This record gives sequence, structure tokens and C-alpha cells, in this order.
Amino acid sequence: MNESVNPSVRVQKVKKSRIKIKLFVFVTAAVLLLLSAVFAQQLCPFDPYEMDLSIANLKPGADHIMGTDQYGRDLFSRILMGGRTSIFSTLTLVAIISVSGTIVGVTCGFSGGFFDTFVMRISDICLAFPGLVFALAVAALLKGGVAGAVIALAVISWPKYARIARSQTLAQMNTAYIHAAKLSGSSSVQIILRHILPNTMGPVLVTAMLDIGTMMMELAGLSFLGLGAQPPTAEWGSMMSAGRSMLQIYPWQILCPGFAIFVTVIIFNLLGDTIRDFMDIDSNRS
Amino acid sequence: MKKYALKRVLQLIPILFVITFLSFAMMRLAGSDVVEQKMLNTGSEVSEEVIEAARRELGLDQPFVKQYGIWLWKLLHGDMGTSYVSGLPVFDTFISKLPATILLTLTSIVLTILISIPLGILSAVKQNRFTDYLIRACSFLGNSMPNFFVALLLMYFFAIRLRIFPVISKGIELKSVFLPTLTLAIAMSAKYLRQVRAAILDELNKPYVIGARARGIPFHVIMFRSILKASLVTIITLLTLSIGSLLGGTAIIESIFMWDGVGKLAVDAINMRDYPMIQAYVMWMAIIYVVVNLLTDLSYRWLDPRIRLGGMENE
Repeated sequence: MNESVNPSVRVQKVKKSRIKIKLFVFVTAAVLLLLSAVFAQQLCPFDPYEMDLSIANLKPGADHIMGTDQYGRDLFSRILMGGRTSIFSTLTLVAIISVSGTIVGVTCGFSGGFFDTFVMRISDICLAFPGLVFALAVAALLKGGVAGAVIALAVISWPKYARIARSQTLAQMNTAYIHAAKLSGSSSVQIILRHILPNTMGPVLVTAMLDIGTMMMELAGLSFLGLGAQPPTAEWGSMMSAGRSMLQIYPWQILCPGFAIFVTVIIFNLLGDTIRDFMDIDSNRS
Repeated sequence: MKKYALKRVLQLIPILFVITFLSFAMMRLAGSDVVEQKMLNTGSEVSEEVIEAARRELGLDQPFVKQYGIWLWKLLHGDMGTSYVSGLPVFDTFISKLPATILLTLTSIVLTILISIPLGILSAVKQNRFTDYLIRACSFLGNSMPNFFVALLLMYFFAIRLRIFPVISKGIELKSVFLPTLTLAIAMSAKYLRQVRAAILDELNKPYVIGARARGIPFHVIMFRSILKASLVTIITLLTLSIGSLLGGTAIIESIFMWDGVGKLAVDAINMRDYPMIQAYVMWMAIIYVVVNLLTDLSYRWLDPRIRLGGMENE
């Protein structure tokens, strides 16, 4: 974006140091979220899976700060455990798609020719496939579960990364230094690893960071429809789906996991935005 | 232009062909056992012979490729078989659900345009002032909320607390279409506001704007005559792409509000393992995606002479 045409050096420095402060704050927030996911088991005040119908549908109170669900399970503990499911499955998903997409994209851009066209057509088809239907098929093959949802979303999301990596690679291929590297006898593998990959990493990393929030919402959406995490696994989307029929009487059963997703997505989105600003990469470029 | 359009249309054929094959193959792979599922859905006790007969009736005893051939042949004639659940023709059922989805698509697109374009312009004009920050903050928050959460929140406040709108829609009517429309428009506007803002800012900083202002042309005239027109390419691309995904029926929103469109149909079909119905949905999605992509590409060329005349390879 053209915020200002030619900012002075001082303005640039002030801006940079502000971004550093923001970066520090959001990285800390994200790390805290991750820690809460890693140590969910230890942080839970109650057993998230223990049912006790005598305390079903409790209002948020001193004992159960977010109340209980229809089986009398403590909502706060379930949200902590659910965060573990949601955050780890999202991070796994983003890692899978960004790494595989980059490998495919760089290979395509580097080799060109028939292989390139063929793979790009496949990516068109993957994009055309509705994620929901894929999720069903995979879920049926894998007997449901979070893994099915992750694989389904991975299949339809990798092309985005492949395209970014490919266009970055293509942009590199005609630069003088790549020609120089070729002339001086570098092998293809060396060129890819030493020169092309490091230059592709930036945009891919930024896209991946910005994707965490979106993917988390998509995964929760699939679970909400019953195509992701299966009960009794604690997961934010499926918890909201379970509380859906109770919206009228016990709204907190939906509001609490809903806000958990909301806050987590906000933190990861802010982190992604800040990293983009920090690395000075325009997200609209690719 | 015509030649290019023809080339693009021809390119689509193999893609559609592969999609039909994939969707067929996937459903066969995923189908734990279609016949058992069908019997289970009707809820009757069955013997081995009945299952065998049903298999033969559905053509499931044929080799895979032959099954695909038969299926494709029927598909080309508009015959998608009958639903495993209701026993009604899939094609007719699917068509009957389309008007609801199309209506929801139109209303939410219109509302999105009404929200995102004025606010995007305002945000760009007031760049880095309070109004801009406020609008951007709202768009950021809207972007970070899953749409089913927005739907449930709206439902809670408008339908349960204030009782203005019905919780569950009772058919296609104005009152029921409002909440799903608002949900979709909130999510889309949050996304497009930024893009509209960026597109307008891009134009605002171009020399011709300064030139026009120096000649004393009022700002609103420059805005509406030149800037908006130039930003149209971005805006139209975004809108056509979202029309595509909306026509696919936003499964989650439709099923939350019980809106009787293709999205809900798909979710129901998935839950009941109604494979012919799912295949119809997949084909519909594939066709929309491919057509929307084509239209976007062509509209680029139509709207922006630089692309029309210049590099064809810039994808």
C-alpha cells in the first residue's frame, strides 16, 4: 500500500520500532495461547470428560466459571482442551499445506514445461472441488475425526501456496544472479536450496501466518457440521454445535467456545499482519 | 477477444471431465456400502438376496469404468439418478432448491455492495484518521469471527431476545431472508472493505488525480468519474468470486437458519450418505467455479484495455 510516497528515514525508523513492539506483544500472546494448549491437561480445574448429570447446564458461577454443558462437564476445562485440539490441528494443517505447496510450486516454476502445466491444471481442479464434499469422503474413509477434516482442507488449500511459490520462482529464474550461478556450475538442487527457496520463504511464511486464523475457522466449521472432531472429543466447533439447540435457554454454551475461537483467531491474525508489516511484504502482490 | 474466449471455454472441457471422474471415483471409494446405507435409510430388515438384487438394480455389480461410463452418459442427458433417501429424481430435487440459494446470493451480494463500497471509499479518503481506523478495526473483527458464530449471535439477539425475526425460516419470505443475508454480508463486507480501500488508495495516489485537482475539478467528480471506474476491476473480481461461492450454497449458514437451499441440501445429503445427491452438488459446484473463473477472466479483459492488449501470460 502506498501509505506515503517517500517517508523520511526517521519516519521509517519510528515505524519500524513500533512494529517491533507490536511484534513482541503478539508473539507473547500467541506463545501464551500455545502454552495453554500444551499444558491444557494441567490447567484444567475439572476433568473435561467427566459427566455428572446432577450439575448439568449450570450457569457460569464461582465453581464453574463458564458453567457446565448438558452432560455436566465443566465448560472452561473443555474449552482449554478444545483449544489444544483446535490449535494443534490448525498448525498441523498450515504446516502441511505451506510445505507441500512450496515444494510443488518451486518444482513447477523451476522445471517448467509439460510438468508445470499438468500440475497447475491439477491445482485448478483441487480448487474447484468443494471442501465440504471432500471432507465427507475423507471422513468416511478415515472413520471421521479431526484428521479427516485436516486432510480434506489440505487437499483444497495447497494450490494457493503452490501458486505463490511458483510465481516467486519464475520471478527469480530470469535474474542475473541465477544465470551467474548456473554459469559457474551450480547444480539445480543447489540453486533451488541456496537461492530460490530463501527468496520464496518470505511471502509463503506471511501467507501461512495469515492463514492460521482462516483455517482455524474452517476446521471449526467442519466440526460444527459434524464432519471434523467427533464427540466426546472437546473441540470448539463441535462444542458450539452441541450447544446449538440450547441457544435459547443456555446461551453461554455457545458464547464461550465462540469467543474462544474469536479471540484466538484475532491473536493469530494480528500476529500475521504484524509479521507482514515487519517483513515489508505486500499481501496484495501475489 | 473472441478467440481468447473460445480458447478458455475449450480449456474448461477437460477440467470438467476430470472433475466428473474424481467425484464419481471418490463417492465410490467413500461409499462404505451404498446398498446397506440405502436399506438402512429405509429402515427395513433385509436378506442377502434383496441386497444382491438392489446391487444389480443400481449397476454396482458392473466393473468400475463401465459404471462410470453409464453414469456419465446419463449425466449428459440430465439424468442424475434417484435419491437414496427420498427416492425422487436427484436432478428435479436439486433444481427445486436453487431459487432459495439464488435469492440469498442476490440479497447478500447487494447488501455487501451497499456496505463495503461506501465504507471502503470513506476509509480510503479519510486515510489514517479516526474514521479510517474505526472502519478498519470493524473489518478486522468481522474477519476474525467464524460465520456460524456470527449467525448464532444474530439469531440470539434478533430472534430470541428481540423476537424481530423468526428463528427458523418458514419458506422463502422477506422476514426469513434477512438474518442469513446479514450474516453473509457481514463476513463478506469485512473481507472486501480492505480490498476496496486498497484499490481506491492505489488510484488516489496516481498523478492524474493530482492533475485533475490542480485543474480545479471537484473531488467528488474525480472520485466517481475516474477513481471508482478504475477500481472497478478489483471490485468486480471480488464480487464475481463471492457470487460463485454463494451459489454453492453456504452450507453452514443455510443449515443454521434452516434456509431450504442447495447448501442445506448438501449437508443433509452428506449426513444421510445420499451419494447421487452429493454428486449433483459436486457437479454444480464445479460448474459454478469454472464458469465464474472464466467470467472473471473475460471481464478483466473487457474492463481493462491494458490486459486486453498486453501480456497474455500474466496469470
